[in-house]
Amino acid sequence: MSEAMKTDGTIDITDVVCPITFVKVKLALEDLEDGQTLAVHLNDGEPIQNVPRSLKDEDHKVLSVKKREDGTYDLIVKKHGLLSD
Amino acid sequence: MSSLTNEQIERYSRHIILDKVGGKGQEKLLGGKVLVIGTGGLGAPAAMYLAAAGVGTIGLVDFDVVDLSNLQRQIIHQTKDVGKAKVQSGQETIAAMNSDVEVHTYNEMVTSKNIRDIIRDQDYDFIIDGTDNFPAKFLINDACVFEKKPFSHAGIIRFQGQLMTYVPGKGPCYRCVFPTMPPKDAVPTCRQAGVLGVMGGVIGTLQATEALKYILGIGDLLTGYLLTYDALTMTFRKIKIPRNPNCGICSDHPTITELIDYEQPACDLRHH
Repeated sequence: MSEAMKTDGTIDITDVVCPITFVKVKLALEDLEDGQTLAVHLNDGEPIQNVPRSLKDEDHKVLSVKKREDGTYDLIVKKHGLLSD
Repeated sequence: MSSLTNEQIERYSRHIILDKVGGKGQEKLLGGKVLVIGTGGLGAPAAMYLAAAGVGTIGLVDFDVVDLSNLQRQIIHQTKDVGKAKVQSGQETIAAMNSDVEVHTYNEMVTSKNIRDIIRDQDYDFIIDGTDNFPAKFLINDACVFEKKPFSHAGIIRFQGQLMTYVPGKGPCYRCVFPTMPPKDAVPTCRQAGVLGVMGGVIGTLQATEALKYILGIGDLLTGYLLTYDALTMTFRKIKIPRNPNCGICSDHPTITELIDYEQPACDLRHH
């Protein structure tokens, strides 16, 4: 995944803790159409362990996960991407 | 973008995280309007859970004042509220719980004269019958049929409870099952017979559940079913009930065309 990948939305959840992390991602996804993509900036630890799993449980496809130098992560998710596979 | 504030996102996070609710569902609840008639054993827990859930407009109807003997089950009222109008006490409890909720109070007994105006006052989406007497139960049913409003009927006595949900055009009304008033004193009220305090919690909370599901548009309502609960045997029974094609009010050829104020049995009247 190139760093320049353009997404349909972005959200930063590094300022909140579980479960608000996933709640915020869910709310951001509600504003997108199926198949559109969302970039999520999240912390190491609980968020990176739980958010991708919760997304998969609701049929969203995690397209990429990249670690930044500061230890946080960038994740790109496709809304309901697992339903069309 | 979602209109929820950060505080609301946190307050309702366990709702929003639910697949069938989400932010959009929570916004529906915040825009929802429920009228709770009777703030006693059934209405108290129903109103409290609706308020906690963020139902944005709640109407409370009651003519009574808080009595010490209410506190064993009517958990919206506290000891300090004895002597206070129940709607006032209920409004204060809700205000302390959730400032997202706007409470409208109607400090009066529902009658054929006022019930339709009360329902229309905020154009309520759903009505909860939390009353303890048959005249009010028939009145609420008939008013909801006339106003084409869904409502949850319920009753509790001793260790038993029951409830059903009427949705206009979708299933039976209360009169399809109980065509008219029982003979005087044939059925005791909980004032005469007693009631285990938790019964209102169980059944009133189920009524609130029906209201939430109706507003959210999810799941199956108790439309066409009477759910009964026996606390002693811990038995729930879901009994299928058909529409009565000859129902006096909701059939195609109704015989009841205006609201009726049935006589309240004298033994039920309270004197203060």
